[in-house]
Amino acid sequence: MTTAEAADTAGATAASAASSSGRDGRFVHNARTVYMVWYREIIRFLRSPARIVSGLAQPILFLVVLGAGLNPLVGDSSEGVTYQEFIFPGVLAMSVLFSSLFSAISIVWDREFGFLREMLVAPVSRTGLVLGKAAGGGTVAVMQGVILLVLAPFIGVSLDAFQVLGVFALLLLLAFALVAFGIVLASRMQRMESFQMVMALVVNPMLFLSGALFPLNDLPTWLAFLTRLNPATYGVDAIRRVMIPGAPAVTIFGWPVPIWLDVVIIFTMGVAMLAMSVRSFRKVD
Amino acid sequence: MWHLRRWSVPAYSKAIEVDGLVRRFGDFTAVDGISFDVEPGEFFGFLGPNGAGKTTSISILCTLLNPTAGSARVAGHDVVTERDAVRSSIGLVFQEITLDDYLTGEENLRFHAVLYGLRKEQVQERMPPLIEMVGLSDWVDKQVRFYSGGMQRRLEIARGLLHAPRVLFLDEPTIGLDPQTRTHIWDYIEDLRHRESTTMFLTTHYMDEAERCDRIAIIDRGRVVAIDTPDNLKASVGTDTVTITTDDEEAARVAIARELDVEGEHCSSGLRLRVPEGEKFVPRLFDTPGVGVQSVSVRRPSLDDVFIKYTGRDIRDAESDSVDQFKSSGMVQAFRKR
Repeated sequence: MTTAEAADTAGATAASAASSSGRDGRFVHNARTVYMVWYREIIRFLRSPARIVSGLAQPILFLVVLGAGLNPLVGDSSEGVTYQEFIFPGVLAMSVLFSSLFSAISIVWDREFGFLREMLVAPVSRTGLVLGKAAGGGTVAVMQGVILLVLAPFIGVSLDAFQVLGVFALLLLLAFALVAFGIVLASRMQRMESFQMVMALVVNPMLFLSGALFPLNDLPTWLAFLTRLNPATYGVDAIRRVMIPGAPAVTIFGWPVPIWLDVVIIFTMGVAMLAMSVRSFRKVD
Repeated sequence: MWHLRRWSVPAYSKAIEVDGLVRRFGDFTAVDGISFDVEPGEFFGFLGPNGAGKTTSISILCTLLNPTAGSARVAGHDVVTERDAVRSSIGLVFQEITLDDYLTGEENLRFHAVLYGLRKEQVQERMPPLIEMVGLSDWVDKQVRFYSGGMQRRLEIARGLLHAPRVLFLDEPTIGLDPQTRTHIWDYIEDLRHRESTTMFLTTHYMDEAERCDRIAIIDRGRVVAIDTPDNLKASVGTDTVTITTDDEEAARVAIARELDVEGEHCSSGLRLRVPEGEKFVPRLFDTPGVGVQSVSVRRPSLDDVFIKYTGRDIRDAESDSVDQFKSSGMVQAFRKR
């Protein structure tokens, strides 16, 4: 390219950008923003191996140590499922729960270290930023779940292609809903120190009350009540019934909840949380 | 040699127009009715101690904070009602580093480009020369966490300019950097002024940085107390400072007050006298009996003197005042919320 041509091109660029509409159209701009915010989350995840390993440590401890340890004590269920096989879907959900909330809470990190301001001062819709963040956090969480899914054959769980696809879709849905929930929490947190509090008061109760580690039917009334209020319950239920055909459904007043309703509940929660998180990001003051 | 091209010719008369801007946090008034204009292409500075309201003002101009009262327009757009238009016309270098340190320098720039809706060709055109200008050509492929503080700042300056903003805000751009790096950053900023016709808005509490501006506004306790070119402001002080050391400074002070009718004040470097024309005053000093002069220095008014004239105190004293006020006001919490 000659200098004159280069100058021409530059001139054309200058002319095309003369009005703000000369930059990308609104839709394309927002779509690219969602992609970029998503991409950043993925890069950050892949560049911090320590985070990947530590994210897997707890689920693997539960699955391998707790599962194997309690196997002889608990015995097989009526469907002939070992305790380890029983908690496997729960551990998948747990890994998604942990990493979704952790990803979302990284917003607080961004706030403390300033990168959030760089995003907030840009001429993009807050919705685009939140969607990108939710998609990124969700993808990271599902990646963690998928790494665990690879362990299935080693503990004697065999899955066909449809089951794998089904579990994958459910993990994705659950991750999306939990990240949205996490973003709502994060928008109300000011300091990274509150993270410990969230772990103790939100994440761990959600895990213990979800049916990940024990069956939810035949519980004392107060405990049964709390577990049914927990949205994670329905995620665990759906994943388990896809992985273990014939596993008993979670019941509400004795009525077994169909899988499609599990899906609707999680999806509704996700959308509601996403709407709330977009709203909390819109505020300027 | 490369040349950075502006994409659009602004059709507006003022780069920044601020009219009666007020911002309160609870019962603390951080910005108390300030008004000023900045011309396109001007290098304008906000000089004041920490806690004087500089960052609050800049946050309002950048649409990160709503004003309690008053109005402001940036590049012709209202900061409250035309937020997106303001956002795409400005570039910002924040007080604190706002890079993602797990991304490379180039990834940080690309992230910015996407958020500002730049096209690929526009990025191709602008990014390489900007990277070269801030001297990071060998570093763009490395993650930002391996950069030094000065390199991070330079990357941020390049990023702030990537979308060819009409106004570039520099909020204390050299805070927390060592003196050598500060000088370096200023070399880049000066270079930039010559290459791009971007309007620049600087906040600082360093006198030597304010000195480089076309015009400065001195801000104290949320108010603009003076606004003019650095030279005019210094001329407005009207007095030179003569500092002498003697055998007995108290005796000298009494003698000078009696014989020459000038009230001196003791300071760490001796006895300080403020007089209209320093050079003409010095010979008279030697003729005054009872003043055993050991050394003399004559200094033209500096921005420090300007600051003292308009606020009644030294900028360093003002700093500790403001910070106390800041802490007791609950404004720290209000800031955290953002």
